[in-house]
Amino acid sequence: MVRATKWTTVGACLLAMLGMQACARGGETDPAAMVIQGEEVAALTEAPNVPPPITRTHATKVIVNLEVLEVVKRLADGVDYTFWTFGGSVPGSFIRVREGDEVEFHLRNHPSSRMPHNIDLHAVTGPGGGASASLTAPGHETTFSFKAINPGLYVYHCATAPVGMHIANGMYGLILVEPASGLPPVDREYYVMQGEFYTAGRYGEPGLQPFDMEKAIDERPDYVVFNGSVDALQGTGALKASVGETVRLYIGNGGPNLVSSFHVIGEIFDIVRHEGGTGLVNRNIQTTLVPAGGATIAEFRVDVPGTFIMVDHSIFRAFNKGALGMINVEGPENARIFSGQLANEVYLPEGGAIQMMTEDAPVIPPAATLAERMTRGERIYAGTCAACHQAEGQGIPAVFPPVAGSDFLNGDRERAIAAVLFGLTGPITVNGQQYNSVMPALGMGDEDVANVLTYVYSSWNNAGFEVTPQEVAAVRAAGPREASAVGVPH
Amino acid sequence: MTHLLRGAIVPALVAALAVAQVLSMSMPDTSSMVTVPAGSYRPLYRLPTGVVDRRDTPRREVHAFAMDVHPVTNGEFLAFVRDHPEWRRSQAKKLFVDRAYLSHWRGDLDPGPLAPLDSPVVYVSWFAARAYLKAQGKDLPTVDQWEYVAAADETVRDASRDPAFLARLRSWYGRTLPQPVPPAGSGLRNLYGIADLHGLVWEWTLDFNSALVTGESRGDGSIDAGLYCGSGAAAAADFDNYPAFMRFAFRSSLEARYSVGSLGFRGVRNLSGAGQ
Repeated sequence: MVRATKWTTVGACLLAMLGMQACARGGETDPAAMVIQGEEVAALTEAPNVPPPITRTHATKVIVNLEVLEVVKRLADGVDYTFWTFGGSVPGSFIRVREGDEVEFHLRNHPSSRMPHNIDLHAVTGPGGGASASLTAPGHETTFSFKAINPGLYVYHCATAPVGMHIANGMYGLILVEPASGLPPVDREYYVMQGEFYTAGRYGEPGLQPFDMEKAIDERPDYVVFNGSVDALQGTGALKASVGETVRLYIGNGGPNLVSSFHVIGEIFDIVRHEGGTGLVNRNIQTTLVPAGGATIAEFRVDVPGTFIMVDHSIFRAFNKGALGMINVEGPENARIFSGQLANEVYLPEGGAIQMMTEDAPVIPPAATLAERMTRGERIYAGTCAACHQAEGQGIPAVFPPVAGSDFLNGDRERAIAAVLFGLTGPITVNGQQYNSVMPALGMGDEDVANVLTYVYSSWNNAGFEVTPQEVAAVRAAGPREASAVGVPH
Repeated sequence: MTHLLRGAIVPALVAALAVAQVLSMSMPDTSSMVTVPAGSYRPLYRLPTGVVDRRDTPRREVHAFAMDVHPVTNGEFLAFVRDHPEWRRSQAKKLFVDRAYLSHWRGDLDPGPLAPLDSPVVYVSWFAARAYLKAQGKDLPTVDQWEYVAAADETVRDASRDPAFLARLRSWYGRTLPQPVPPAGSGLRNLYGIADLHGLVWEWTLDFNSALVTGESRGDGSIDAGLYCGSGAAAAADFDNYPAFMRFAFRSSLEARYSVGSLGFRGVRNLSGAGQ
């Protein structure tokens, strides 16, 4: 009998070792029974930062002071939103406790708040996850206490009616209940949380945008973002790592509606602690699902330098709604793992018939009037250019430059023609912002180039130039500009 | 000594106030009230009637009553605390007010720049509001009375299912309240001629903490239980009326001694025999 029990324990431990090394707990297996020693105030961090790992070897009383603030902040360039927040930003402050800890939770609602708020922590075992004990009027504070008996990564959120609206306005964050034995050490830990926003105006429409209930009910967000704004994790906000380091991402999804297909372009997750739990550790994962109101822990070693893009691989959310963040990895190249581009040559299929529109083989007769040029140009723009430069020419900050009201465009029409003919690569400055990406040569004939550029120049407060096919032909004859050519159109 | 000094410095002011007080005490101010005819409204939370379609919840009857056109202002409340020292900030019983009571005033009898005289008074407890109204022969509106009048927009008596009206309210609830609070009368004026039920501050109701006990047996043991997540929505009659959800959530977060920076009040007087 005793023997059988022992084997069961060993078996359980072996299984657990594949997970979060729960065996180190030894005999102390019941977190609810762990003895509380001492008291401390939890250090809370704003995303993307994570409080340091817990080095304590015993359970303690942890005091969490979390303040609710309703604040107007930036959602995207020129777009503001009244966020309801835990701690002053979206997502809410990261809370880190240890399995067995007794958490004394103080929820403070700032006097300037319009709404009452409460908190439902998925790490809590109890009615409403704490919500029923924490409804807090503006200018008041409520206190409740819970024992962290289940290790894992958990979402917390506001659960005051109407719940969907409180979550849609940004009221979510993560709480990590570290296993008593801790998590394996890594070099970097970051906090990334996805959430979507439903605004009265369409994506990019400037001004203070109110919440749109109909869009929320229909699950049609205008914005899907990481860490509360379109470019929170871009440019200076990009996450950083060095070659050879192991990065651990605590990934949450506040929703309120969408499930995230979380992916890092150019990386493979060495380990995914599935849904933030401790039982299932999966290896070599490309894309991991993060449920709305759920979380995941992903770890990977960065082997080569470069910029790695985090996306929701439901990909229109990344390129049209903002679900795009960056990890900048610095360090020496490693050609054994990734060579970089080795060659870029003309590809001529057998027979040599390249399908390309040129002035020698016009598909349609040239545009006779400016109006006709505009109509055709609009069609080409929608089909070819809008995918990157966006429907209203607004581009995507830090990724694709705008062609609306663009100083780069209006300053030099020959340069613009050359960019469409020969492509454009490398750093450029548009309206004061730096861009460093690649526009391919588009293989269009002179007539089409003239039409689309005339359309762009005549739209969105641009200079209003009419570009003629003759002008395009002249630029084509002059050949690619130095250091801007990609691809070979001729 | 102090008393003498004070009296010597501001005798004219005291005299003027005395006149004002006599006026307000002797004749309750009805000119600023509007008579609301009897009618009915559809409450957000249904009674357990066994009705299958929740949107067909029975309407609740409301008798005729008179309601203040504006929420009570700092100036009006100042006159009250002059006359009732026991409700001054420094003297109010802690049983009836919390620490935030009139905390935006500069002094006991000096509202100061954060509390313009013509703006609604906020940071007042339910007890203080009732004491003010009692002195005028009025009381707080019930949730039924308040919601019934607040269902009106500028042109119709019941706009509670009008998406455009609800969208306006959501937009208002979603914004932070400017500081100092804008003057009374700057919010929406509805077809009864009653202003600011929407668009300015929250308002106390007489039975703010009993809304969910009436008829909702599950909630009898715990007043707040009906408002969380699924259970809150399950009992609701109208899932789309987010503004009503927010008002009920707000009321549920209160206790009678609380003072909140966005919460004011107004009075009603029941009309004797009306609708009986």
